[in-house]
Amino acid sequence: MIRAGALYLNVFVVAICGLVYELLAGTLGSYLLGDSVTQFSLVIGLYLSAMGVGAWLSRRLDDTDLARRFLDVELAVAVVGGASAPVLFVCYGSVVHFQLVLLGFVGAIGILVGLELPLLMRLLEGQMTFKDLVSRVLTFDYIGALAAAIMFPLVLVPKLGLVRSSLAMGSANAVVALWGTWLLAPKLSAKGVLAVRIRAALVLAGMVVALVMADRFTSWAEDEMYADPIVFSDNTPYQRIVVTRGRAGFQLFLNGNLQFASADEYRYHEALVHPVMMAADAPPKKVLVLGGGDGLALREILEHPSVEQVTLVDLDPAMTGLSKRFPALAELNHHSFADPRVTVVNDDAMVWVADHPALWDAIVVDFPDPNTFALGKLYTKLFYKRVLARLAPGGAMVVQATSPLFARKSYWCIQDTIAAAGFSVHPYQVTVPSFGVWGYALAKRAPFTPPTHVPKLPLRYLNDDALVAMFQMPADMTHVDVEVNQLDNQALVRYYEREWRRWE
Amino acid sequence: MTPTRRDFVALLLGAPLAYACRGGGGDRGRTPPSALLDTGMTRGHTAVRDAATPPVVTAWRQARVVVIGAGIAGLTAAWELRRQGVTDVVVLELCDVAGGTARGGATDVTAYPWGAHYVVAPQPAQTDMIALLGEMGAIEGHDATGALIIDEALRCREPEERVFYRGRWYEGLYLDAGSTAEDRRQLAGFKREIDQWAAWHDASGARAFAIPTRASSPAPEVRALDQVSFAAWLDARKLTSERLRWLADYACRDDYGLLAADTSAWAGLFYFAARQRAAGAAPQSVVTWPDGNHALVRHLATGAAIETGVAVHDVREVAGGVEVVATGPQGPLGIRAAAAVVAVPGFVADRIVESRRGGPPAPKGDYGAWCVANVHLRDRPRERSRGSAPPAWDNVFRDSPSLGYVSATHQAGRDRGATVWTWYYPFPGDAAATRKQLAGAGAAEWTEVVMTDLERAHPGVRALVEHVEIAFWGHGMIRPRVGAVWGRRPPDLDTAARVQIAHTDRSSLALFEEAFDHGLAAARAIVGQLA
Ligand SMILES: Cc1cc2nc3c(=O)[nH]c(=O)nc-3n(C[C@H](O)[C@H](O)[C@H](O)COP(=O)(O)OP(=O)(O)OC[C@H]3O[C@@H](n4cnc5c(N)ncnc54)[C@H](O)[C@@H]3O)c2cc1C
Repeated sequence: MIRAGALYLNVFVVAICGLVYELLAGTLGSYLLGDSVTQFSLVIGLYLSAMGVGAWLSRRLDDTDLARRFLDVELAVAVVGGASAPVLFVCYGSVVHFQLVLLGFVGAIGILVGLELPLLMRLLEGQMTFKDLVSRVLTFDYIGALAAAIMFPLVLVPKLGLVRSSLAMGSANAVVALWGTWLLAPKLSAKGVLAVRIRAALVLAGMVVALVMADRFTSWAEDEMYADPIVFSDNTPYQRIVVTRGRAGFQLFLNGNLQFASADEYRYHEALVHPVMMAADAPPKKVLVLGGGDGLALREILEHPSVEQVTLVDLDPAMTGLSKRFPALAELNHHSFADPRVTVVNDDAMVWVADHPALWDAIVVDFPDPNTFALGKLYTKLFYKRVLARLAPGGAMVVQATSPLFARKSYWCIQDTIAAAGFSVHPYQVTVPSFGVWGYALAKRAPFTPPTHVPKLPLRYLNDDALVAMFQMPADMTHVDVEVNQLDNQALVRYYEREWRRWE
Repeated sequence: MTPTRRDFVALLLGAPLAYACRGGGGDRGRTPPSALLDTGMTRGHTAVRDAATPPVVTAWRQARVVVIGAGIAGLTAAWELRRQGVTDVVVLELCDVAGGTARGGATDVTAYPWGAHYVVAPQPAQTDMIALLGEMGAIEGHDATGALIIDEALRCREPEERVFYRGRWYEGLYLDAGSTAEDRRQLAGFKREIDQWAAWHDASGARAFAIPTRASSPAPEVRALDQVSFAAWLDARKLTSERLRWLADYACRDDYGLLAADTSAWAGLFYFAARQRAAGAAPQSVVTWPDGNHALVRHLATGAAIETGVAVHDVREVAGGVEVVATGPQGPLGIRAAAAVVAVPGFVADRIVESRRGGPPAPKGDYGAWCVANVHLRDRPRERSRGSAPPAWDNVFRDSPSLGYVSATHQAGRDRGATVWTWYYPFPGDAAATRKQLAGAGAAEWTEVVMTDLERAHPGVRALVEHVEIAFWGHGMIRPRVGAVWGRRPPDLDTAARVQIAHTDRSSLALFEEAFDHGLAAARAIVGQLA
């Protein structure tokens, strides 16, 4: 006799896992490809029909060795389902037909899960009336689905994240398969039991190892750091890119530092781009963006009808690629990378600027904060001198300059360094709720008055009053004496490290 | 029996590493493809040292001045002659390229050095050096005190150095982490000594340690420093902190290829005090280019008539001028000129300059051997992000007899992707014995040593290496052993001599500034004769 009660628990777990895989696929599809309605419809539809295919195929498995087959199917679900989210994350960066891979997983999991129930029912066939069997198995199956639907948004995604949820479910699948070898022992040959146990143990071990290694995607410590669940992350050779999504929209982090939050980035980017566009002697035709791989500065620049050509130089192809293909980002930057006026170069700005002699009417310098020596060089006098050599005579440059409030010395070090390179500089600042008070430097070759009028564009933050107010520095952000940042002293990196340490 | 790669690693890096290494049969990973650079040593030996009879010249060419050797000294002499309006100057060079021990190479990725790597930012008295750097566009301006400011792009970029110790990198060369109060007290004491020497002047205003060394004070108390070793000098001051002594040894190995116990205290103090303008002043900046001092070679060589692949055998004074006999790519070569500058190492000059062959044997210089490897990487190894210093220009392994490596892309600001690392290994022992020990070592054996050494700090680096080039400088540089700097000082130049000798060897220190100074002096003597 088989202990049927325990097998129902088995059904329950299998049901939870099956639905979680489905929800994971739907979520990943909508995060990574956008258009959640289409993604969820496709995933659910395919999953259910694949289960149908599985059920139909179950007919072809004859009764010999049924228990072993059932357990092998369970292990296959564990492997395919458990690996689904990590594999999809990896593919997203490298496979063109991500959608096909995604649907392939959904189909495979659906078929396997579809095979499971009929096989189980056949195993229990002789033990009770058909009436009882159908009602109990289906009850546990549906209750499992409910449990999954509740756990997924409340526990799994916020606590484990997508990759770990997937691996955890894979482990759960493997555990019940292992347990099943005892439950179904009477129906297994002695040799068969051992073989299945070994396989189950291997799958379980694999899942657990993968869970530990999931730090390659997101580390526990890192998950703690982000308020919202991580929906995308990638370790590129250059940096760690993380996108999180919460109620208020999504956020991009590079090496753990917030780059923007979709809720208020318009303040940052309107303040970054429009003053420099208005400060140039004539409406800029040729614009250079250094850094700014998220494409949000591009979005603002392309609004200006005078713009004929924009070149964006960003070190990391993964970042510009993400901005082009990640739907949420591409929507936010108005698909600016698809604009024919835009050329993307993936190179180190320090070297690129030295090697490319073209002149630009406006230059937007939007690098991550100077928290490493490799970034610090992009804030040196030498770097600004090189940029100055690429600025058209009446052109203007803007530089994101960290926070004048949290990092006052760093902020003024950047201003003074730009001045030391031969620019005439005006500091300004704006408040971005998710950052705090943020600072910039507006610079030209010759002394100038900052612009007082905003362009005639549909702007959300900037108007003439806000523009003028930005150039007023409150008392706690006024000039402090600092060293000029140079290649051989990297004074800025040291200021920055000391100042931000106080706030951590 | 020819040594295996593992024997070779054991010889150069010590037995423990040899057992960890993939030597012998190549058990754990491949040795990257490698090649040996021709440093001219073999050609010099066969064409000059071992030649039975000098070649017979049939047709003599004419030139105004012949310069023998296109190292820094020879190129400087030719440069100075050009600047003074002397035309028809021919430079003859043994190797296929100019530069000598300041040679360089280049790939699509970056230029890189083969020997000399940096100069020290000149002080106001070094007017010729300032003129040279000015000509190269390497001077940015002057600060409020009137001091020269070198172009920011050439001042060594921070972080300049880091040192690898027990699994981590630390910023700087002096290991601060874990130092005791006594360590720090001794370091401060040493700095005070240096400050005192940096400020020291004799009655005529000469500094104790000046660049070039010719301008240094000959006062007895300064010269006395040449009679003791740097290690003995430190001992006498009870400066025995392991950290400080490591730094002193490192400085001597790095600049002189010697240990502090063998280095003249004069030279040891020179390293620290000469580059400091005054007591308490920060050391003058290190000035460097991706290809090191080869950038200076490129500039000095511009406009010079250099004939490469020419081995000079004989330089002799004749009535009304000089005769130079050589073997060129097309066979024997003879040039008659008004004067010649012999800008080759002393041991070569002793063979090829007629007047030096007959005379009393000059005090022999002591030469150290060096191995330099250029490691071409397709990408950089991952660095630990936390608790370890980031990549620097100079990356030193504290527990290695090598000096570590310099990254050729650091100065240009290329911090990712392909690069070239120049790895240095000085042989502080006897050069002839070293050469004997190393006989039979080819590029592959050397490369295994380089890889094993780099793997101390970068375990996966082998997979990123495209190929390795090795240069073995058998008589790489003259060394300032105890007594050498003042004891071996050659007599002042005879400005009337038609054959002028110019080489860094004349200073018993191998430095750009010395070679430059001797090149200038030789050229100026000849300009005086021609006037
Ligand atoms: C590994 C290494 C690292 C160094 N690093 C530094 C550094 O960082 N900074 C620094 O200042 N100095 C450094 N030096 C010292 C360097 O040697 C000097 O700076 C300087 O380049 C010496 O120039 P030179 O002209 O006096 O001699 P060499 O460079 O020896 O030039 C002599 C030239 O004469 C040629 N020659 C020899 N025989 C003949 C012949 N018979 N006929 C024709 N030509 C001949 C040679 O091929 C060579 O080109 C380093 C040296 C070495 C070996």
